[in-house]
Amino acid sequence: MSKLGSIGARLYRGEVGYDFVAKRKIWYGISILITITAIVGLAVRGLNMGIDFSGGAVFTTPTTSVSAHAAEETAKEASGHTAIVQKLGNKSLRIQVSELSTSDSRQTQEALAKKLDVPTDKINTDIIGPSWGDQIANKAWMGLGIFMVLVVIYLAIAFEWRMAIAALIALVHDLSITVGVYALVGFEVTPGTVIGLLTILGYSLYDTVVVFDGLKESARGITKQSRYTYSEIANRSLNGTLVRSINTTVVALLPVAALLFIGGGFLGAGMLNDISLALFVGLAAGAYSSIFIATPLVADLKERDPQMKALAKRVRAKRASAAAKAEAGGADGSAADDAADDAADEPDDDEGDDGDDTAAAGVVGPRRQPAARNRGRGRPSGKRR
Amino acid sequence: MAAPKKGRRSPGGQGRPGRVLALILIAMVALVGGMFASGHTTPRLGIDLAGGTSFTLEAKNQPGKPNAINTTNMNTAVGIINRRVNGLGVTEAEVQTQGANHIIVNIPKGTNAKQARQQVGTTAQLGFRPVLNTTPVSKSPPPSPTPSPSSPSAKGKDGKDNKGDKDSKGDKAKDGDKVSPSGSATPTGTPTTKTQGRAVTDALKADSTPDPEVTGKGQDGKKGDKDGKDGKKGDQAPKPSQTPSGSPDAAALQKQLAELDCTTKEGMAKAREKAANAAPKDTVVACKKDGSAKEILGPVAVEGTDVNGASAVFDSQRGQGWIVQLKFTSGGSKKFADVTGKLASQQPPQNQFAIVLDGEVVSDPSVSQSIAGGEAEISGSFTQQSAQDLANVLSFGALPLSFDVVTETTVTAALGGEQLHAGLLAGAIGLALVIIYLVAYYRGLALVALASLAVSAILTYTIMTLLGPAIGFALNLPAVCGAIVAIGITADSFIVYFERIRDEIRDGRSLRPAVERGWPRARRTILVSDFVSFLAAAVLFIVTVGKVQGFAFTLGLTTLLDVVVVFLFTKPLMTILARRRFFASGHPWSGLDPKRLGVKPPLRRRRPSAPVDPKEA
Repeated sequence: MSKLGSIGARLYRGEVGYDFVAKRKIWYGISILITITAIVGLAVRGLNMGIDFSGGAVFTTPTTSVSAHAAEETAKEASGHTAIVQKLGNKSLRIQVSELSTSDSRQTQEALAKKLDVPTDKINTDIIGPSWGDQIANKAWMGLGIFMVLVVIYLAIAFEWRMAIAALIALVHDLSITVGVYALVGFEVTPGTVIGLLTILGYSLYDTVVVFDGLKESARGITKQSRYTYSEIANRSLNGTLVRSINTTVVALLPVAALLFIGGGFLGAGMLNDISLALFVGLAAGAYSSIFIATPLVADLKERDPQMKALAKRVRAKRASAAAKAEAGGADGSAADDAADDAADEPDDDEGDDGDDTAAAGVVGPRRQPAARNRGRGRPSGKRR
Repeated sequence: MAAPKKGRRSPGGQGRPGRVLALILIAMVALVGGMFASGHTTPRLGIDLAGGTSFTLEAKNQPGKPNAINTTNMNTAVGIINRRVNGLGVTEAEVQTQGANHIIVNIPKGTNAKQARQQVGTTAQLGFRPVLNTTPVSKSPPPSPTPSPSSPSAKGKDGKDNKGDKDSKGDKAKDGDKVSPSGSATPTGTPTTKTQGRAVTDALKADSTPDPEVTGKGQDGKKGDKDGKDGKKGDQAPKPSQTPSGSPDAAALQKQLAELDCTTKEGMAKAREKAANAAPKDTVVACKKDGSAKEILGPVAVEGTDVNGASAVFDSQRGQGWIVQLKFTSGGSKKFADVTGKLASQQPPQNQFAIVLDGEVVSDPSVSQSIAGGEAEISGSFTQQSAQDLANVLSFGALPLSFDVVTETTVTAALGGEQLHAGLLAGAIGLALVIIYLVAYYRGLALVALASLAVSAILTYTIMTLLGPAIGFALNLPAVCGAIVAIGITADSFIVYFERIRDEIRDGRSLRPAVERGWPRARRTILVSDFVSFLAAAVLFIVTVGKVQGFAFTLGLTTLLDVVVVFLFTKPLMTILARRRFFASGHPWSGLDPKRLGVKPPLRRRRPSAPVDPKEA
């Protein structure tokens, strides 16, 4: 436990860390690969639209003692689609099966008749329209569009336009992965799925905004120093909020995983499985994209800004001179102290340093970081109060 | 508890945590108490979890429109019915077509099925027609004498009494409250409707001045009735009715009017159907909804499609009770101003216009001047419920077809109980895992997190339960799953705050300042991110319909509760706990042990490096 706590502390101080930003190309590649797979899956297999969207056939049986569950099994086996069975007031059954036209439904009708032990013509077959009409779908799309525009405007004001764009890309990334998984797994798309997707939309943005908030704070006054480039600051802020990100993701995913694996395991396919799959994939993708996609994207965009370019140049120049000084053997006393402190953490530190592209920063960094932190901290709180 | 006392002792920035905690605890107790008092201790469940009532509607073939029943019209009807039954968008009702000419409407258990039936069955074809002639009808002669319609003081009373009277007569006895069949403005001493109707009709046929007494009474009655409607006219002397002159059909119309039976349910239904199916440009005869009069109405002057929206309001100023206010589109307002301008110059009764809904005259106010501004109101013996129902139905427009409810049956849950049970079981297991994780990682702090989650859960549950009877909120399986995900979002707020506190401790602060310094920054993060969630919820709720709207409502509710819980519960609780020795001293099990958090003892040695930095910068 103490190990975990101290890792948190060292992540916070920037002593250890994974260089998300420098290795962004790998993660971009992985994401693009997954997204392409998802899109291909969507294009090739298509989505299996449930009865609420596509309509289907509805069978009305005479009064029967067969249980709804048994009828559902029968209908599912005969038709190959998910069936919704409701018992009506007079003990008869209403069985809805998706994507069946009246002519195709003969087989199901016969199977049901056999199960219920009644003549086939006693089971009434009818075409049923979607309960989730075009109107609901169109309005949902419109709502989604308006929301995206508003959220981009909001993020552009609250943060900046680069973050707004990155958040939007991350969002689209999460949604397309989730939809792709649906296409590949072949689960039926129900209203529950759509609602799951919308939940992800909310969660993905929420998560991204929490990470960006940390980034905004660390990047405050960045042009007034020449120690770190924007990318490095972004990386440190990511590592600083990493513990929070992991904890939040675990806490959000545990109940959903329970729904998916335990609930689904007991029952087989069902509405519960549909929703929890969408949520599980989407939440995982949302947590992943905030860290591996959104923030590196912001860093990428930001580094193109002239101010940031100038900063990066200054940082490089300074490091070159610092390295020259270090080689001249001018390490002062406090650096020696730090080196002694850090010696205990050697293995971890090495890992962290390997990730750094400038070797010099590995030596100089730890000494100066606490100071930079104090400075950054003192200023905003002074303003606030 | 000692907490409040401590709260008072600490001044300034720390606030009064004890009071805030007491506040939210009182709110919780009030909500839970309210829940038990209301008698609803479980949230209303959607069709998928609890079943409900299913109606089958059959589209009726209308004379003169053989091809009206087609896919387009059926789909439009589904859309309109969906919005009608979904009202606020949280009832989770389902509407779908079945076969070529049926529509199935599924309504979750606990919805007022009778009301829903009325809502789905009403066509809501609205039209404003000028009144050409009107004849009062009375089923049973009221005993009391006619009050003077000219006395201003009598007007209000007259109106009210008349309303009561109309209620007693009304065939649609759903308004059946406050019935007081006294002080009526209906003609006195007239033995039957028939005589009266005939008297006027005869007079019109003859196109001569009729017996003043009979007509006078007729007018009187109508006028009294009018007073009941709009309460502003009432000073005109009885005048003979005017013949709808120049019309070749006048005689035929008079015959129709005479034949019109507004005294029995069947007669009214027949009259309603006939008038409803008439073309807008035809002159029609129709009954008043309450059966108090029958009228000859001119062509439709303003159509229902010109109405932009409708709302039910309580009119306390003029004592009309519940009325329905209509807003016209810009085209509609112009038409309405024109027609009212024209009508104002006419003699009574031709200065009246009738608001005709599905072939029945709902009200027939007279106009004294052109009404601009694009608003009109329908008044007349509404209860709150009936006014709201009518406003709801009118807001969403008329159905392109008329429907009969052919069956009404109960249906069981679409998903079956095992899905809900499995879901709840899995949710409980998931929650247990979350608890184990939090305790393992945050130790003592996990207590704060769990208490906050519990508060959040109690608030969510009670509010959802109370919203069931209040606005028809129904919880379906997706909403239950959404609530489970909300555990993550709510827990995130605590985690953000806890990590802030730990960061402050890592900077070498002791717990109390850490709790206070960490808060402003955690607060901002929580607010910014919750705002995005809330924005999603608000936009989706406003723009969408149906189940998406229901989802948006749940999301918005849980987000708001998250903010409430963090601000009013977690933060004050943290402030109080920070004063406890167990936490303040960094007990190994408090989750705030500086050693475990990796705070390095030689902090002082790090400090000297600070002055070096400004030189470099």
